[in-house]
Amino acid sequence: MPPKEKLLHRRVFILLPGNLEQAGSVSGDVRRELVALGVEQDIVRRAGVVCFEGEMNIAMYSEGGRIILLVADDRVELLFSDRGPGIPDIELARTPGYSTAPDWARELGFGAGMGIPNMEHQSDRLEIRSRLEGGTVIRAVFRRGRG
Amino acid sequence: MTVAEVVERLELEALAAGELKATVAGGYCSDLLSDVLAHAQSGDMWITHQRHMNVVAVAKLKEVAAVILVRGAAPSAEMTGRARSEGVTILRSSASAFQVAGRLYQLLEG
Ligand SMILES: Nc1ncnc2c1ncn2[C@@H]1O[C@H](COP(=O)(O)OP(=O)(O)OP(=O)(O)O)[C@@H](O)[C@H]1O
Ligand SMILES: [Mg+2]
Repeated sequence: MPPKEKLLHRRVFILLPGNLEQAGSVSGDVRRELVALGVEQDIVRRAGVVCFEGEMNIAMYSEGGRIILLVADDRVELLFSDRGPGIPDIELARTPGYSTAPDWARELGFGAGMGIPNMEHQSDRLEIRSRLEGGTVIRAVFRRGRG
Repeated sequence: MTVAEVVERLELEALAAGELKATVAGGYCSDLLSDVLAHAQSGDMWITHQRHMNVVAVAKLKEVAAVILVRGAAPSAEMTGRARSEGVTILRSSASAFQVAGRLYQLLEG
């Protein structure tokens, strides 16, 4: 890995639990900020999707958390962290189709079990760490300046 | 074909009008948000039964040409309000998803 370049931008979004209606809003803000900073359109698109999925999981499964957006010359990062039950089996949670979403959420179109797989697919690197009865931290990295 | 032309040919009702001159590239039919996030393409018409705020967020993220609500589903005023402020087009049909998808397919590929 080349040395990390200086940060251009850092922003923290606080997320409350259970508020799915409000939950789409951080991905919109992230998208707007990335556009304003002149970040490549492809990364704006991918980061928007990753942010939405991470945001929804925090809203649906945790007791609240936050999302930090970092922008540097060489990369964009999204850091999701929450307080909550944690993910007992991360391999299982990464499996397409695996979901513990409650029925009310499924009626709204959540629960395909595609959120984490989408986050992996749309980012250049995705790290998940979780502690039972503690919470979950997910780091998504998007590399800039390459096709 | 533009969104406006599809509105006319499929007799859709515009509940929130964004860019009606946008070109329609294709269509995607799904009620699962993560599935749409994974597979819809920009410029698609997204056909769905879902009608809540997150639909607007997903439509915006995927840059779909428009959302078509089927079976006459009525969205909340909040949803159409958000769609308007975000420039997302929300259309409605009284027909079923099957019929709307079939007719759209015929228009675009037939
Ligand atoms: N922040 C979190 N805290 C605790 N559990 C989580 C968290 N995020 C995900 N999970 C668990 O991992 C599972 C898979 O998550 P994923 O986002 O892939 O699918 P989903 O949320 O169930 O459905 P979709 O995202 O397709 O609507 C969830 O059902 C849940 O059990
Ligand atoms: Mg999810």
